[in-house]
Amino acid sequence: MTLEAVLFYVFAAVAVVSALVVVGQRHPAYSAFALIVTLCSLSALFGLLGSPFIAVLQVVVYAGAIMVLFLFVLMLLDVKREERPTGRGWALKATAIALGAVLVAQVGTVLAALGPAAGGFNAPTRQVARLLFSAPYLYVFEASSILILAALVGAVVLAKSD
Amino acid sequence: MTGGPDLVTPALFLSLGLFAIGAVGVFLRRNVITVFMCIELMLNAVNLAFIAFSRARATLDGQVLVFFVLTVAAAEAAVGLAIIIAAHRHKDTLDVDSFNLMKW
Amino acid sequence: MTPVQEELLIATIKVVVLFNVLLGLFSFMTYAERRLLAFMQFRLGPNRVGPFGILQPVADGIKLFFKEEAMPAGANKWLFVSAPALAILTAFLSIAVVPYGPTVRLFGRDVQLQIADLEVGVLFLFAISSLGVYGIVMAGWAANNKYTLLGGLRSSAQMFSYELSLGMSWVGAIMLASSFRISDIVESQAGWFIPNWNFFRQAPGFLVYLVAATAEVNRTPFDLPEAETELVAGFHTEYSSMRFALLQMAEYVNMMTVAAVGASIFFGGWLAPVPALQRVLGYDIGLLWFLLKMGAGLFFFIWLRGTLPRFRYDQLMHFGWKVLVPLAALNILATAAWIAFR
Repeated sequence: MTLEAVLFYVFAAVAVVSALVVVGQRHPAYSAFALIVTLCSLSALFGLLGSPFIAVLQVVVYAGAIMVLFLFVLMLLDVKREERPTGRGWALKATAIALGAVLVAQVGTVLAALGPAAGGFNAPTRQVARLLFSAPYLYVFEASSILILAALVGAVVLAKSD
Repeated sequence: MTGGPDLVTPALFLSLGLFAIGAVGVFLRRNVITVFMCIELMLNAVNLAFIAFSRARATLDGQVLVFFVLTVAAAEAAVGLAIIIAAHRHKDTLDVDSFNLMKW
Repeated sequence: MTPVQEELLIATIKVVVLFNVLLGLFSFMTYAERRLLAFMQFRLGPNRVGPFGILQPVADGIKLFFKEEAMPAGANKWLFVSAPALAILTAFLSIAVVPYGPTVRLFGRDVQLQIADLEVGVLFLFAISSLGVYGIVMAGWAANNKYTLLGGLRSSAQMFSYELSLGMSWVGAIMLASSFRISDIVESQAGWFIPNWNFFRQAPGFLVYLVAATAEVNRTPFDLPEAETELVAGFHTEYSSMRFALLQMAEYVNMMTVAAVGASIFFGGWLAPVPALQRVLGYDIGLLWFLLKMGAGLFFFIWLRGTLPRFRYDQLMHFGWKVLVPLAALNILATAAWIAFR
């Protein structure tokens, strides 16, 4: 087992465990911190899969900005109250988990039919940038900047108390 | 770095697993912010799938697409949390089931 | 030993050496800051413990070690304990990508004086400083105290507001070096210091960096979140003994990182101001030049603390968003125009 493969499985295991904590944990703030751990381990996986640029962007945008937003909202809305489980009980939980298992089985059979891929791929940032700033991605880039502006204005208007 | 181990297939299975965990979380959780976090988990699983396919096909389009998914996720998180704050102001609860005014 | 194992061994040695140097520098900084501030305020500072008070950090360490570690009653135990750990983790991680010297020849091998020469080095710095917000947020929230929560939120809001202009101030230097690698940015500043070092070529970017970096590490005049007259002691009110020492260590190591990064990106890193001074007796003394620049940066932080009053919180946020971000953006535009039309 090469070092790459070992690191991959370690980070994959961390990602799965913290994802389970996100879903299973009662207190929303712990879920948020577990999600941060998941995002950072996914970033490590992106790096191992040959995209250092996206790996670092993931930490900057997702773990560093979006999750800070989540934590701020959690702390300011003071969600110290833990969720109380109601009498909805086992039927719903069992159905959800069964559906999840069906999803895994279906997509898993499709994935298993794909052949193994060769290794050794590293994406230099310069080439990613060249692709990003050439048509058609350039138009999508400009459109996404307008999207961000709209989201900025929308978030301020929606969250203002009047 | 040529001829490395095949990391693409394990990555795709991991992406599938994370997506399934996120989907189960969206069904099961009652706190609306936790549901939102499970949606972000699903988006990240899809990002992982994009990167894995980008490596499998040795093109860079997957990475550019992940860039855009990141951007859209940021915009969506901002607006979604603003909506949650506004809704909380009205009903003083974060229970998903209590936002049922439009139910028939 | 296989090449991979050899690389790992060299990296481990570099990490151990750098870690210990930073810890030593941290304890020296606590002494130096108190002495220098005292001289600026026309008094003496600590001068009793050892010759010229040089053993003061040792005395402080022993004192802190033996204090009682109190945890408030309703505090969130896990988060309370892990917040200082996270703060110190992010503080030390960013030092890994800073080049502190040229490639030297040690024991018959070419050793790069940099722990990790990442292709996306500058972005890595940005990422780690984004993660640095969490230590403070956790510390403020975990103590179950209104004042620490407010202090933590204020501090983290300040940090990520100034992070934006911090990152944008680097973009001009990145464009001129046409690479994200910090060693490339250092090498793009080769030559005489006046037209070549980025503090001159990118003067607006450098000024933005100066202000944003001071705000990032919560130093005066931006130290409202931890000022003693505000919100008790801000986010580290409830911390005592070793956990408090860890938070202080995180702050000082952040300061050293910021000084090191500023020296690399804006002052030519390990390059000498005049190329003739780069080699002495046949040895490349880049490491000494780097330490000199980093020391000058740290002295500047101490000097600033002794001189300027504090910003009010709304003035701070106004300045970060409405002055620094447009200034940094204009710098990027001007640099891009210059590159495109030359």
